[in-house]
Amino acid sequence: MTRALLAILRRDLARLLRGAHGGALGSGIALPILFFLAVAIIFPFAVGPDPRLLARVGGGVIWVAALLAAVLPLDRLVEPDIEMGFFDQWALRGIAEEGVIAMRVIAHWLSFAPALMLATLPAGALLGLDGAQLGMVELGLLAGTPGLAALGVMVAAITAGLKGGAALAGLLVIPLAVPILIFGAGALASGGASGVALCGAVSLVLVALAPFAGAGAIRAGR
Amino acid sequence: MQTAALTAWDLCCRRGDRWLFHGLDLKLEQGEALHLTGPNGAGKTSLMRMLAGLLRPSPSLQPRDAAKAGTIAWEGTIALADERPALDPALPLGKALDFWRGIDGARDLPLERLGLDNLLDVPVRYLSTGQKKRAALARLIGQHAQNWLLDEPLNGLDVAGVALIEELVAQHCAQGGSAIVTSHQPIRLPGEKRLDIADYAL
Repeated sequence: MTRALLAILRRDLARLLRGAHGGALGSGIALPILFFLAVAIIFPFAVGPDPRLLARVGGGVIWVAALLAAVLPLDRLVEPDIEMGFFDQWALRGIAEEGVIAMRVIAHWLSFAPALMLATLPAGALLGLDGAQLGMVELGLLAGTPGLAALGVMVAAITAGLKGGAALAGLLVIPLAVPILIFGAGALASGGASGVALCGAVSLVLVALAPFAGAGAIRAGR
Repeated sequence: MQTAALTAWDLCCRRGDRWLFHGLDLKLEQGEALHLTGPNGAGKTSLMRMLAGLLRPSPSLQPRDAAKAGTIAWEGTIALADERPALDPALPLGKALDFWRGIDGARDLPLERLGLDNLLDVPVRYLSTGQKKRAALARLIGQHAQNWLLDEPLNGLDVAGVALIEELVAQHCAQGGSAIVTSHQPIRLPGEKRLDIADYAL
């Protein structure tokens, strides 16, 4: 069972990093990260180059951009594997869907969160964040992105097989991610670590819930 | 006494408002093969998925024995090959099969016999229908399951491929395994046991 789950984690990670068409390593994640950076670059053009204004809203912009970047790969998280019969084959081997979904949450997180946190450094510089603010954003992202990953996999499992499931998944994730956004971005305004702690708490609840909700959705969809 | 490979009681299948089959009993001894036939839409694939545990039997309208209705008991593990090969389309065939080999702990697959030994570097999405069918069979064999469920295994196979499947099933049954095969084309299975699902239509 452990061996099987590790093999599944390796496959998930390779698939997410290489993209749907099996490009070079990292081509799967390049698009969301470029998208994230593009939002950070375009924002100063939209609101004007006033450094004080940018520094005040910059953290929030990074959070919104991170959320949108996490939504981008939703359509290839679960649905292709259901269509190709992978989930049925795992079920026949007695590998619980809960375990498979837990591996997928880990793989999804690994495929976008570290790269996103790295890309936050240039994005923070573009938006004129100072060192303390940038530290708080990074800390908040570390606490919040596992929740975003869990939410993404859960919603992808629920909407798999629906017509226009990808668009619907994006629409569903955004309101559900509001608590993470409020506490994560709120920590910047209050300047306290309590916001990060609450963001982490919401994140943990989602991580704990996702395997069961996702597995239930896949079994119900058979 | 040897236990039966499969005992299924009073299986019913309802899709929406339509009953596909009703009151279907099935018993299969170890080493036995069954050819499942029936017109399109009669519920062959649904029955296969039900037997594989992927679809729950619908509750019967008039159960003959409430305690036993809708029960499926297998002896040993089950392997299923249906129209989806469950191999990553982007990966070369060898790598895609390696994933299942790692999970099933299979040592060597009869790739040469299946005509796949020259295709290991070819991405799965470039394989033809018949080649994908052969690849799915390699995955199935690597699972070393006692019971095989083959849903339309002959689709897209050439004449030699059909003979190969007949041979593989015969060999599997000779080793004490059981097999249920759905097919519209005639297929020679050991024992020639047949079940027409249309007999159980409501």
